[in-house]
Amino acid sequence: MSAAAPAPAGWHDCRDTFSRTVEALAEADPRIVTVVSDSVGSSKLVNFRKRWPERMVNVGIAEQTVVAVGAGLANGGKIPFVSAAACFLTARAMEQIKADVAYTNVNVKLIGQSSGIAYGELGPTHHSIEDMAWLRLLNNLTLIVPSDPWETEQAIRAAAALDGPVFIRVSRMPVPDLKRSNAKFEIGRAETLREGNDLAIIANGVMVHRALAAAEALAADGIAARVVNMSTVNPLDEATILEAAKTGAVVTVEEHSVRGGLGGAVAEVLATHDPVPMRILGFPGFLPTGSADWLLEHFHLNAAGIADAARQLLARK
Amino acid sequence: MTFPASAELRNDPVALIRDKALWIRRRSFQMVYEAQLGHPGGDFSAADVLATLYFGVLRHDPADPRNPARDRFVMSKGHCTGAFYAVLAAAGFFPEADLSTYMQPLSKLNGHPNRNYLPGVETNTGPLGHGLPVSVGIAIAGQIDKADYRTFVLTGDGELQEGSNWEAALTAGHRKLENLTLIIDRNRLQQGARTEETASLDPLDDKWRAFGWHVEMVDGHDHRALYEVLSASPKGRGKPLCVIANTFKGKGVSFMHDNVAWHHGVPNQEQYEQAMRELV
Repeated sequence: MSAAAPAPAGWHDCRDTFSRTVEALAEADPRIVTVVSDSVGSSKLVNFRKRWPERMVNVGIAEQTVVAVGAGLANGGKIPFVSAAACFLTARAMEQIKADVAYTNVNVKLIGQSSGIAYGELGPTHHSIEDMAWLRLLNNLTLIVPSDPWETEQAIRAAAALDGPVFIRVSRMPVPDLKRSNAKFEIGRAETLREGNDLAIIANGVMVHRALAAAEALAADGIAARVVNMSTVNPLDEATILEAAKTGAVVTVEEHSVRGGLGGAVAEVLATHDPVPMRILGFPGFLPTGSADWLLEHFHLNAAGIADAARQLLARK
Repeated sequence: MTFPASAELRNDPVALIRDKALWIRRRSFQMVYEAQLGHPGGDFSAADVLATLYFGVLRHDPADPRNPARDRFVMSKGHCTGAFYAVLAAAGFFPEADLSTYMQPLSKLNGHPNRNYLPGVETNTGPLGHGLPVSVGIAIAGQIDKADYRTFVLTGDGELQEGSNWEAALTAGHRKLENLTLIIDRNRLQQGARTEETASLDPLDDKWRAFGWHVEMVDGHDHRALYEVLSASPKGRGKPLCVIANTFKGKGVSFMHDNVAWHHGVPNQEQYEQAMRELV
């Protein structure tokens, strides 16, 4: 929908990973159903509907109902994957997520599609840069922001295996496969993708590959930056954050508002236990018109911008 | 699965329901009096519906409250926990003695029901307009599985001003969820005024028909009428059922009858004693 520049060859739209993984899970487990609010195509679930029409519940354009029906399906023994645009799924149905899903503590998997600023030019009504802040303080609700197709598949599989509510952000912005070796995904466990002891960059989602590129740029200056992928925001891996603080400086990077999201979560841990100089990189709030790529560049949420923030922070260390 | 009272019920279902409804009114009012908190007006308008469901209609097993084959009941008007907790205790989901902890610190009997605290609660309610959409989801699960269980949900009438109900009504009508029964506690009073003075609901039956539902209007204090309409098999109806139960807030106590002050009014000692003299 947004007129983003073509992605580099070999990069992935993680929505494809989502639909492929859900289909694989559905083949093996008849309890898996999908629940959509007219969001079949945008969730890449056309093929699922073709294969299992009776296992797709489309409630129409009704986000409160899509979440509540998910909660009801879980009561009836199903494992529902409720999939809708992240901006509407969260803002429109926040009370259903709070009361019907998190507080009732039911086995519902919420998939926030095209999260962050993926809808670019369509503007702040369609951006979802508040969702991490809104969701991470709900007890019981596991919140995962995967960084690439491998981690998206792992997160979907882990969510299906967990008996409890999960929200997963799935971006439509293309990302490279981070090509980890011997990686093991575990909910609630952050992943150190690059070692370094001069400072730590903590990122999640589509910002992780940009954080890795920033670390590469910093290495050319002789700065060894650790890169931590904090894909699970709730429950938060506080031990890894406190380890990162031992470098003496922490930069957080998220495709989200700078208020209350990943940076806020990390700041709460550091302020409570081990305050170190910090920079929180993200978006300032409602954003001007521009493509997703333009917005990331404009707000310096790219490798150069992250590296610059890191250098400035090191001067305060 | 059968309900525990089935033997008694076979003898005279309506007499049993009447006894239980009276007990629910007395016990819930005691709870509200002791806690000095609650929503007794709505407890009393819903007491006959609840007694009919739990002692005449629902197939459930308090010893196995999450049996997948159970009929589901969702208390969407979650503020009326006085009557709801009383009927759950009467049906055997937890000991009657627990009712004395109503809203006390750390009690399982919160002001609004919590599934994780109490057996017999299907979903946590409290904010209005949540029970019907969740019940539609339960009914869809039953529809997909071609399961036998039925799903019942009780809403208030003022609650229908929440738009989420009408989203769910569309989906239920579209999917022809004959395994779903909505009961509307039509007492015509919301927190501060009459529904028709606030955001009018009439003609309420036409609204549900227009959404693809089958509608029955009953006297919501007539146990026989409630029993007959709620226990009838839904098979072959091809539509979800909406039962508009015409009720009175505060039904059963003269000074509370149809009196908006008793939405969340609580009794003093004199009022409590008078109510207990009337509830016999």
